[in-house]
Amino acid sequence: MIRGIVRFVDERSGAAPFIKKTLRYVFPDHWSFLLGEVALYSFVVLVMTGIYLTFFFKPSLTQVHYHGQYLPLEGRSMSEAYQSAVDISFRVKAGLLIRQTHHWAADVFVAAIVVHMLRIFFTGAFRKPRDLTYFIGLTMLGVALLEGYLGYSMVDDLLSGMGLAIGYSVLMSIPFVGANLAQLVWGDPYPGKHEFESRMYSMHVLVLPILIGTLLALHLALVAARHHTQFRGRRATERQVVGAPTFPGYAPRSLGLLFSVFGILFLLGGLVQINPIWQWGPYHVADATNGAQPDWYLGWLIGALRLMPNFDVTIGNYTLVPNPFWGGAGFPLFVFFVLYTWPWLERRVTGDRAFHNLLDRPRDAPWRTAIGVAFFTWVFIVFVAGSADRLFVFFGISYSVQIWIMRVAIWVVPVIALALTKRVCDELVRGEQVEVRRKAAEAEALA
Amino acid sequence: MKRWLGALAVLVLGRGRRKPRLGDERERIVQLRFPDRRAEGFVAFAFIAAAVCAIAFPVIYAVDSIPAQTQFLGLSLGLAFLFLAVACVGLAKGVIDDETEEEYKPPSNPEEQEEVEQIFAETGERFTRRKLLWTAGGTAGVALGAALVTPALSLGPVFHTGSLYTTPWRRGRRLVDEVGRVLRADEIEQGVMYTAFPEHADREQMGAPLVVVRLKPEQLRLPAERKGWAPEGILAYSKICTHAGCAISLYRKPTFAVVEPHEAFVCPCHYSTFDPAKAGKVIFGPAGRDLPQLPLQIARGGELRAAGNFSGPVGPSWWGVRLHKARSGP
Amino acid sequence: MKRVAVALLIALAVAPAAAADPPRSGIVHVKVPPGTSDVDYGAQLYGGNCVTCHGADGRGITKSVKGAGDVPGLGPSLRGVGALAADFYLRTGYMPLEDPNAQPRRSKVLFDERELRALTAYVASLGDGPAIPTPHPERGNLAAGLQLFVENCAGCHQAVAEGGYVTGAVAPPLEDATPTQIAEAIRIGPYLMPRFSEKRLSNQQVDSLIRYVKYAKHPDDRGGWSLGHVGPVPEGLITWFVGIAAAIVACLLIGKRLSG
Repeated sequence: MIRGIVRFVDERSGAAPFIKKTLRYVFPDHWSFLLGEVALYSFVVLVMTGIYLTFFFKPSLTQVHYHGQYLPLEGRSMSEAYQSAVDISFRVKAGLLIRQTHHWAADVFVAAIVVHMLRIFFTGAFRKPRDLTYFIGLTMLGVALLEGYLGYSMVDDLLSGMGLAIGYSVLMSIPFVGANLAQLVWGDPYPGKHEFESRMYSMHVLVLPILIGTLLALHLALVAARHHTQFRGRRATERQVVGAPTFPGYAPRSLGLLFSVFGILFLLGGLVQINPIWQWGPYHVADATNGAQPDWYLGWLIGALRLMPNFDVTIGNYTLVPNPFWGGAGFPLFVFFVLYTWPWLERRVTGDRAFHNLLDRPRDAPWRTAIGVAFFTWVFIVFVAGSADRLFVFFGISYSVQIWIMRVAIWVVPVIALALTKRVCDELVRGEQVEVRRKAAEAEALA
Repeated sequence: MKRWLGALAVLVLGRGRRKPRLGDERERIVQLRFPDRRAEGFVAFAFIAAAVCAIAFPVIYAVDSIPAQTQFLGLSLGLAFLFLAVACVGLAKGVIDDETEEEYKPPSNPEEQEEVEQIFAETGERFTRRKLLWTAGGTAGVALGAALVTPALSLGPVFHTGSLYTTPWRRGRRLVDEVGRVLRADEIEQGVMYTAFPEHADREQMGAPLVVVRLKPEQLRLPAERKGWAPEGILAYSKICTHAGCAISLYRKPTFAVVEPHEAFVCPCHYSTFDPAKAGKVIFGPAGRDLPQLPLQIARGGELRAAGNFSGPVGPSWWGVRLHKARSGP
Repeated sequence: MKRVAVALLIALAVAPAAAADPPRSGIVHVKVPPGTSDVDYGAQLYGGNCVTCHGADGRGITKSVKGAGDVPGLGPSLRGVGALAADFYLRTGYMPLEDPNAQPRRSKVLFDERELRALTAYVASLGDGPAIPTPHPERGNLAAGLQLFVENCAGCHQAVAEGGYVTGAVAPPLEDATPTQIAEAIRIGPYLMPRFSEKRLSNQQVDSLIRYVKYAKHPDDRGGWSLGHVGPVPEGLITWFVGIAAAIVACLLIGKRLSG
């Protein structure tokens, strides 16, 4: 039967050599190489559940009155978008499961990309010839952040509506062109034209998924074309890659990971509540709630916004840089700038322009590891500053004191982290050298 | 007749599989491995378990009387997938196991690179008026690009930021509460926070909502030009934070002023704190601009009316926020 | 080093609760002959427990004086606050307060029922003040309650009454609040909370608010484990410590160490 299928396909496409090559394509094996796949499978869940949601969600800000199962909203005026989301959660069977799975998948998708990116960074996999692959991956991360933000903002609930106002403010704060861009995107001063909802929907459902899909295809094609990197081994060298072939060795593994991710996401979607929009109520410009936060992957931005001291940069009456720019735009742009230019920076500093198919263990590149740890610690503390206020209040530390502690910590802790990490790497390497010498001495003694 | 039946059978069933024999001319591609019956049994069990969980899904879906339906649906589907995962991993580790090695592709292909370069170079040889063509073609490209981008301007008033200064407030406009009732000066009490909107105007715009409070006149520290803005100590400010546009929905009022901080508006998003006694001055948090104040007047009938527009544009800052005053609009 | 850190963390955790606790020296119970009126009994209790901060006849102390025992004297006037305020502050354990500079928080009530009644009667006698309210949440409208709550309360107390904070104070979660206490707090505006008079929020509106707050103690959590109803922060923690952790475990189980 296989023979029949293969012959059918090969006669019509000439693809048999390609199929054979693909089936025996070698995947180097290490658990950390699977992290990118976790992101990939989360994306698959997002697309599947997302398509289902588009069969029910109404991207319209036309006002309606709610008459449904959730009594605290009875008779309330709200947008059709919000009402359709509440209906998906209450009226559509399995609707809440799909909706929650979709949201969990979005959170896990971005988290998986971040973990995968960290692995790439700390093993030096971004070096030539894979820097282009790395850039595409970073771009996907940026697009994923926007995609998630638009996704949960479309629902027009109180929490996400507050977040949209902040997004608008950050856009407005861009020097020279901010207000013009904001007017273009929103159509009017905030909350903008009703068409803004259609724009969010179109970007979230059509444009950005296609963009991510295309970048993903390119990313995977490049990985396949150049082959995956690997750690050094007896047979694994710069010229030879060792691992399991796609079929039959790797396929059940990938499938296993796919089903694991699906299982984890659907379990979360059914068992752990996420974004219970019916509890927040619909958004109105004059309403707000305490404890409003963006989804986790934008937490670094709220931290940066909160930590900034209050100043608008003005030249006479011209406001050059309104305050939200630093935390909402400057900070993330800077982080991405560093990530994008890192391969070039490393090449300049180390003078290493060679091709690398082998990975570094983090300890083998102590400066990269140490600076990387310091940099990500910096970002992480800003992230903590945005969300841990409730935790600190539990300890009785006033909010103003927290802010000051954080403003100091973001500079002090990364320096400590850098020194510590460098030390740890050096010690580990030295420890290994001692081991090697000890083994050699023992062998000599026995000989 | 028998011949036709036989031909039909062959057509449908094929010639039968040819079992690969060891010692065939072809080299083994997939590694040899000792079979593991127990592993295969385990995999089969995992498949069955997955099937059981998966079947539960449509059953739970159909039975409406099951409470916590979302949880059971998620449990059944999630476990089904996890059992499938277990089956696959069992297959991978216990049954099929395979390892091999392969050559990395060469770092680059200098031959083909040169050939590509050659193709372009040889094509270029046919051109004599290169600069002219590049300039003309470039102009065409840029012009066409500009043309194609132009409809994007319909998305919004890119070049007209004037409406950012507009608020629905104007001299004489009455203040109403959330249900549309007109606010009277004599019902504004100290220690209470009021949200107010302009009468007969769209509420869903940043220029609309106000926070209104009453302080003792001797507490006020308003600048000279705003002396008459707070009749009887009643103050009105924009409810929209000048930092990032959230609604300022927190009012801090001291019960025992000796030990507690004084009155302030606080924004719940990034905790910008504004002092109503000092013309909306920012006393904590990242807001870069004081809270715009609306001048009030008490009409003859006792209702609160606006005595003009805000002291400045409302909402988050942009490049022109200090260039013009607030204007009145719908 | 580790022990110091743990001790520090425990100290920090205990600190806020400790600040709102009743005075360490406890409260003073007084013995009165049977037949004493509530007001007189209350006056005696007041003399033993409250006068240091609230002054003789409840006139308040605005300049700090060395008080009896371990309590420094500083406190607002109680004249005209009425039974409503006394009932609220005493039954929530907000008062007595060890440190007049600290925010009053819910704590253990050390007075018994008789003592509470007596103190309330005494404070009520200090001038014309509002009586203890009798709310009827069952007459309130749940949807109106949610809308009113978001418009007036959610800015500090969070949309589902899980609490939040202001610069300078904590807006407590409302899960332990009884209907009477909610009605009282709305009218008083304790500590930094604004107050809402009957002109601002009618009794009918307060009934709806209380009905919503009662509902918010057990809101509709059909999505599963509610994570405290505080939104994306615990969701992010679950994403990383459950979702990504499980995915990494899967990767560890699936990935294979090569033989050479």
